[in-house]
Amino acid sequence: MSTVRSAGAGTAPDSAGAARGYRPQATLSIWTEVRRQASRRRTQLALGFMILLPVIVLIAFQFEGNGDDRERGGEFSSLIELATAGGLNFTLFSIFVSASFLLVVIVALFCGDTVASEASWGSLRYLLAIPVPRARLLAVKLVVALAYSALALLLLAGTALLIGTLRYGWAPLRSTVAAEIPPGEGLLRLLGILGYLAVMLMIVAGLAFLLSVSTDAALGAVGGAVLLWILSSILDQITALGVLRHFLPTHYSTAWLGLLSTPVQTDDIVRGCISAICYATVFWSLAFWRFTRKDVVS
Amino acid sequence: MTRRRVVTGSVLLALLAGAVVWAVSPKSTAYTAENRMITVRSGPGGDEPVDLDTTFYLPDGASADSKVPAVLLAHGFGGTKNTVKTDAEDLVGIGYAVLSFTARGFGRSGGQIHLDNPDYEVRDAQRLLDWLATRPEIRTDAAGDPRVGVVGGSYGGGLALMLAAQDPRVDAIVPMITWNDLSRSFLPEATGKSPVDGVLKKGWAGLFFGSGSAGPGGTGGLGNLGTPGPAAGVDPGAVSGGAASPAAGAGGTAVGPGASASPLPGVRPPSPGAPASPGPTAAPGSVVPPGNRGADPQCGRFARDVCQAYLQIGAAGTGTEEAVALLRKSSPAGVLNRIKAPTLLIQGAADTLFPLSEADANARGIAANGTPVRVAWFTGGHDGGSGPDSDRDRLKYLTGQWLGHYVKGEGAAPGQSFTWSRISGFNALDRGLVASGYSFADYPGISGRSTRSVTVAGPPQSIANPPDGNPAAISSLPMAQGLSSFLDGIAGDLSGQHARFESRPLDHPVDVVGAPTVTIRAASPTGEAVLFVKLYDVDPKGGATLSSGLIAPVRLTGLPADLAGARPAAVTLPAIVRRIEAGNRLRIVVATADQAYATPIQPTVYQVGLGDGTTSTVALPTVPGDPIATPGVLWRWVLIGLLVAIALGLVAVVLIARRRHRRMDTSVTAEYADTPLVVRELRKEYADGFVAVSRVDFTVERGQVVGLLGPNGAGKTTTLRVLMGLTQPSAGEIYVFGHRLVPGSPVLSRIGALVEGPGFLPHLTGLENLRSYWRATGRPLADAHFEEALETAGLGDSVHRKIKTYSHGMKQRLAIAQAMLGLPELLVLDEPTDGLDPPQIAEMRRVLKRYATGGRAVLVSSHLLAEVEQTCTHAVVVNKGVIVASGPVAELVGESPSVHLDVSDVEAAQQVLGRIAGVRSVATEGGTGLVVDINGTPRSEVVAELVRAGVGVDRVMPRRRLEDAFLALVGDNSRGSGDR
Repeated sequence: MSTVRSAGAGTAPDSAGAARGYRPQATLSIWTEVRRQASRRRTQLALGFMILLPVIVLIAFQFEGNGDDRERGGEFSSLIELATAGGLNFTLFSIFVSASFLLVVIVALFCGDTVASEASWGSLRYLLAIPVPRARLLAVKLVVALAYSALALLLLAGTALLIGTLRYGWAPLRSTVAAEIPPGEGLLRLLGILGYLAVMLMIVAGLAFLLSVSTDAALGAVGGAVLLWILSSILDQITALGVLRHFLPTHYSTAWLGLLSTPVQTDDIVRGCISAICYATVFWSLAFWRFTRKDVVS
Repeated sequence: MTRRRVVTGSVLLALLAGAVVWAVSPKSTAYTAENRMITVRSGPGGDEPVDLDTTFYLPDGASADSKVPAVLLAHGFGGTKNTVKTDAEDLVGIGYAVLSFTARGFGRSGGQIHLDNPDYEVRDAQRLLDWLATRPEIRTDAAGDPRVGVVGGSYGGGLALMLAAQDPRVDAIVPMITWNDLSRSFLPEATGKSPVDGVLKKGWAGLFFGSGSAGPGGTGGLGNLGTPGPAAGVDPGAVSGGAASPAAGAGGTAVGPGASASPLPGVRPPSPGAPASPGPTAAPGSVVPPGNRGADPQCGRFARDVCQAYLQIGAAGTGTEEAVALLRKSSPAGVLNRIKAPTLLIQGAADTLFPLSEADANARGIAANGTPVRVAWFTGGHDGGSGPDSDRDRLKYLTGQWLGHYVKGEGAAPGQSFTWSRISGFNALDRGLVASGYSFADYPGISGRSTRSVTVAGPPQSIANPPDGNPAAISSLPMAQGLSSFLDGIAGDLSGQHARFESRPLDHPVDVVGAPTVTIRAASPTGEAVLFVKLYDVDPKGGATLSSGLIAPVRLTGLPADLAGARPAAVTLPAIVRRIEAGNRLRIVVATADQAYATPIQPTVYQVGLGDGTTSTVALPTVPGDPIATPGVLWRWVLIGLLVAIALGLVAVVLIARRRHRRMDTSVTAEYADTPLVVRELRKEYADGFVAVSRVDFTVERGQVVGLLGPNGAGKTTTLRVLMGLTQPSAGEIYVFGHRLVPGSPVLSRIGALVEGPGFLPHLTGLENLRSYWRATGRPLADAHFEEALETAGLGDSVHRKIKTYSHGMKQRLAIAQAMLGLPELLVLDEPTDGLDPPQIAEMRRVLKRYATGGRAVLVSSHLLAEVEQTCTHAVVVNKGVIVASGPVAELVGESPSVHLDVSDVEAAQQVLGRIAGVRSVATEGGTGLVVDINGTPRSEVVAELVRAGVGVDRVMPRRRLEDAFLALVGDNSRGSGDR
């Protein structure tokens, strides 16, 4: 240890009494938060897995063709048959297998971990003491978490499209529910599906984020969001609930299948968007309301 | 978990449970239902009594003073009044009295089936109108003339038409999926020949007859014939919507198990049905006229003449004049000119029994009288069921509107626009079909508004007629509903039995609405040929679809043996609603045999070709429809509205926040303007009621190093949390350089802090952490003074290692360095020496003392007296949330008026000390210790007194004030006084 110069530099206060150079709107810039998150192993692993998954699936498909599978038939084998019909179909398959669980976990991870992990490290209170205004902190955290979620989705689809096209070619989009869709339009449909999935995943993002500001345990926030999502999916299977099921956050989670038929079936997609936006808005509002008022004691 | 939370949670849970119960519980409808047998007299002479099983539904509130209009609700063939119960409930729900009844020959009603004969079934219904007119609750137009509409599907729809023709008292009718000419329905011929020359639709005919002859309750096989769509789902449909769909499904699927003997039409011999059926469901006491069942194995409950007609036709495989005459008697075709009641005709596109052309004939016939007619097509029918939700909603709306105006007298006159729908895809969620609806200003008929011509081509081909029509293609399975779509894979056209003619791929998509036409030629060695003409939609991959399984049977006579001499015959194909996509081809198939129809028994080889040699024009009728807005459109607006609302809400929140921010108190309290920290009457009470700080006041001046001293749990950390804006104080103020401090105050930027231990990102190195932290402040890098901070930390090369490898002490030093970044004017350190070793502690003291010079100030919290004593210029002692002592350390630490004595005999010593005048108090401490307030009396004197009294004094220690104060807090309690 050594001496500290008694320099008086950097202390000329402004009217609000802030230190020189301090502006609330300049604290914790989005880029800073992006770098903070990018340096984390879980971010790197999650994004890396998004790239790896289509590759693994593609390799797995190479083992197919022994003839045994054909006997079993069923919906899944026909799905696989469809999956190898072209790059677009391979992408669709990759999205299909990951939409119901993997993407939910990934989004819950990015959005549920972001505030809770800072709280558990203790770095949250130092950010607040800078001071980063609480609403700003939350907004930046949310935007960056959503950006990483979107990136994960795009990486998955992009990798699948790339390697799928290289392996199976640029073919029309085929599905079991409708006629072939030419590749150009098929790509648009695929983007539409991704967009809808992104909107649906906003529910998970909202829930995980709300839990994230409510707990110091990152695992609790991520796991809680995934658990509630699964619970909602289970309840959605119980037809006795009737109309109530329409209010479950997962009820419209597969409405993107409507984008595969010709003409496009958008009614459920619109309803799904309404449901998702309502849920996400409520969750995020609650998260902001709660975080801007709560005592940070971690 | 506080009590308030429990209460809130319970209330929420109760509300949720209530909502669930409300949503799931069945809604009770307000009506009364009255079952009764009504005996009516009918027959040609009007004198044959028959008991009809009826249910009269009356809405609550209807009375002689408050009369309501009525609806006579008829069921489909093979059904009973119970199969239309949901429809009745829907109608009664919108304010009609409903009389539903079981037609003669079915269920518990008596009599025989005369197939909607004007003398029997229709006269029965007239008598029921009489009965309605006598009810005091029913509105009447004149004495004996009730205000009444007639609603029914299939068999019931036929009755509605016939009744309206025969009885002018009927005010409006809604016949659904019903016939115009029953003989043509069973003996169709697509080149326009009379039913006598028609081709027997043996599949349907067998089912139709079988279900009637099975007896009351029957085998259940065709319990709902005629009601699969309408009675159970659609016509209710019209009125009931979604709730009826399961019933429709059940009605349709019941065919399978129930009619286990005859899943395939035409396979089953028609007559043995009745004796074979055990008739298990004939309820005791049911009013079954003796002699109907069992007595006549051939006819069951069919009237003799009807039965004979079927036997004739069935045996011959063709029509006879006599049978056709009988069926015509049961058809509206001949009496349409007498129908004056406004008519809403609903017909299904997936209906191989009563195709769209039947409704078309009815519509033209009734409209010719000037009677208002409206036509609606939907995607269901006898094969297709009740159709998707959108169809049911549309039909429900149309029916409600039609009856509302023409029966109840409410609402404007409904338009006469033609509405139809087309299957446009699958519903992704429930895998059901999705239909899109269209409308056009007036009904164009099945020949469409305009036509699009497509040329099909192909050379003449020879095709074989198999003996007795076996094997044969299966174009449709009666009532198999969705199954028809899978038939291509089961039994499409058989090779050798069909000729194909194809078009080129279409350039543009065509929306076919109506009956296409094509011309063919045929040659036969027998001079006659029965052929089936089909229109396929062939996609580019070769998948061919026959729309709804509809085919056109033709019987050509007077044919030459060679095709060269054959004359072209114009074939009107069944009316369909279908979009043929661009790139698809049309395929005309001419086949010789089909399971659904009776064909010549003799094997023959025909030659078939197209009308114009090797080509023919297929005329595709089209109607320029406007899409009907569905609830989906509404939802789209809801979505847009929602987005706008959220955007507005967001803007409002931001504006309010800005405004609040602008109005935030930025004034400087002048008296504290140069004081780094002033804490005034601070109080913090946590949500669970725990008071961590009850009242704390102190001041930190420039140049001071202030120690906040107190045992664990005294409230030091809480005070610092409030100071850092982490928690909200319950009361009191904090001023930093005169600025009022609240969470997020900009003035916090002039404070460097270490609160509750270090907080770093474990995956970054020490240096990266400091840089990351400084970047988060958004302040210029030059202001950070990293070198000084790192020197303070003294971590050497370890700053390049990841935090997770750090020891506690290293993290602590890095945290202090972080607090010093930017050289803040006020440094707040919570237990800074925690985890440091003695040399580092000593160094830390020097650093802090030096830091406070030059106008800066330091606030250090600690539970170690020695640390505060050695580091601080001033000290504030806190215990249990209140300040117990404060002031300059020198003052606090100075000589105390008390002294600590270790003596050999405590009791004796206490007595001695009590006698000394100057001693104010004596307290024991430990086994041999005494703390004596000597209040200025010289210590030597006190010791001398004790020694004189024979008390041995082992040790004499002067006490210091701070220690006094501190020990007074801690007391004897080794638990730590802070634990509350």
